[in-house]
Amino acid sequence: MKNQIKELKLTAIRIREEILKMLAESKSGHPGGSLSAVEIVTALYFGGILKHDPQNPDMPERDRFILSKGHAAPVLYAALAEAGYIDKTLLSTLRKFGSPLQGHPDKRKLPLLEASTGSLGQGISLAIGMAHAALLNHESHQMFVLIGDGESNEGQIWESAMYAGHHKLDNVNVILDFNGYQLDDANRVILDLDPIADKWQANNWHVIDVNGHDMEAVHSALQLAKAFKGKPTVIIARTIKGAGISFMENNNKFHGVAPTQEELKQGLAELQEARAVLV
Amino acid sequence: MRNDYILGKATRLAYGETLVEIGKQNKNIVVLDADLSKSTMSNRFQATIPERFFNVGISEANMVSMAAGFASSGKIPFASSFATFLMSKGFDQMRQSIAYPNLNVKLCGSHSGICIGEDGPSQMGIEDIALACSLPGFTVVCPADEEAVRQLLPQIVEHNGPVYIRTSRPKAAQIYESSDTLTLGKAQILRDGTDLTIAAMGMMVVEALKAADTLEKIGVSVRVVDFHTIKPVDKATIVSCAKETAAILTVEEHLLDGGLASIIARTVAETHPVKMAFIGLDDYAESGAPDELLDRYGLRAVDIIGKAKELVGLSN
Ligand SMILES: Cc1ncc(C[n+]2csc(CCOP(=O)(O)OP(=O)(O)O)c2C)c(N)n1
Ligand SMILES: [Mg+2]
Repeated sequence: MKNQIKELKLTAIRIREEILKMLAESKSGHPGGSLSAVEIVTALYFGGILKHDPQNPDMPERDRFILSKGHAAPVLYAALAEAGYIDKTLLSTLRKFGSPLQGHPDKRKLPLLEASTGSLGQGISLAIGMAHAALLNHESHQMFVLIGDGESNEGQIWESAMYAGHHKLDNVNVILDFNGYQLDDANRVILDLDPIADKWQANNWHVIDVNGHDMEAVHSALQLAKAFKGKPTVIIARTIKGAGISFMENNNKFHGVAPTQEELKQGLAELQEARAVLV
Repeated sequence: MRNDYILGKATRLAYGETLVEIGKQNKNIVVLDADLSKSTMSNRFQATIPERFFNVGISEANMVSMAAGFASSGKIPFASSFATFLMSKGFDQMRQSIAYPNLNVKLCGSHSGICIGEDGPSQMGIEDIALACSLPGFTVVCPADEEAVRQLLPQIVEHNGPVYIRTSRPKAAQIYESSDTLTLGKAQILRDGTDLTIAAMGMMVVEALKAADTLEKIGVSVRVVDFHTIKPVDKATIVSCAKETAAILTVEEHLLDGGLASIIARTVAETHPVKMAFIGLDDYAESGAPDELLDRYGLRAVDIIGKAKELVGLSN
């Protein structure tokens, strides 16, 4: 277990490196919300949470992952490359003409994705449809949806929350990347989400509250979510926007601005230091 | 009119700046945004008149109905988001709470068309004109440059009724000078000609003008008309173009069904049928540099020239 967590942490560092590199190369995109979700996505793909097979992406019994906050596409692309679904060299084509790595996840261009996203608010509803279908087919795979805190302003998030709670869809799992910021400002300024746990509980969800950068905590929360019966689970992952890169942390300028070459260099150096501490 | 096509401000920036000016004069104006004020540029208003600015968060439907509430209380709300999110997510609210009661709400969709570039198709507003034009009583406006925004926005305030305004992300070529006069509801003839009319809107107007420059050199006389008001469309100008030029070519950075093509074709068919051709989009686009996308999706002067030559019977 100790070893597995250490491996996951090293994987997370590689994913952060790829996120920075691809964004610096594309000169546009969203670093903040990609970096805050690294531990979540790493634990899902590499911690044995998602049942999946890079050799067989269409495998019917795979668990489904939906990146509802589609602007965080870089973290998903980096994970898909790390897992071997796509070639690592493809990452440098992010957002470029002709690339399957569109600015937001695009199933037309990258068919192995579960959904095309980018208009916020829709991921949980998609998962509910998939969840009902799985039940009708007597299939046991589960749905995992990553949503944002700003995204949680959308009415549809709460329509779908109410629905999944009412129907006790325990094959739906939501992870809220609670990084405190949206596009224009902090959640606290635009629309305060707190008391967030109460809101989900009131909709009859099983709620887990974790530090979204504590790999061990995130990993066991995901295990718990997957095993939990009788209610859908939401993991409230307390995260830092821009996590892992000092000058991006809680600096909402990096919501939608890519790092310069200089910033890339500094960021990679910081990640190298983080790696040195681990090994 | 200018003919050097030098890049000026983006129409979204002109929108934000002009809103501040008219907001200072008219205390009834309130501004709403859905967590995109840095992009729609309504944050200019927030910075100057914060007490009349409301950021509703990422809840477009909520914003549209709120705007209706403001309007039914005598305020003049301007509500903005990306064109696609505003029109798609706020459509039922527009239908039920704005169009049906005919309320004085102004809506602004930024990041229209495919020239937003790298963010890709999920963020591109290419159905917005069709949706807005489908609503009875709506006035639908797509300014081509900053001066057009500066002149049309005050008229939009004066007009009592719902209006949708479409703006764009990149810098726009300057077409108008302050000495030109734009009138809401009246198409602007930018250059006259007899063989062909090119009807364009927004970012496509400059492409039409560039195409006309080249066509003129090979002996095709082109009339270029800026349909900055798409609804109610200027029927009189369409009829005179149909009568006075032999053909009409429409150009829009929007899906061909339900946009400028459909609207002009209906008037032409009803009044004075002439040969027509249509340039626009027929599918979703993709990520890429704005210029690359306009090239790839055939929204350039060169594409207009090709279609125009076909239309007037010249071989390419
Ligand atoms: C329906 C919709 N409205 C607006 C946007 C524009 N937008 C993209 S990201 C964003 C802020 C998202 O905030 P959050 O969910 O907290 O994401 P994170 O902080 O994780 O990046 C906004 C408003 C969008 N993509 N979709
Ligand atoms: Mg956030």
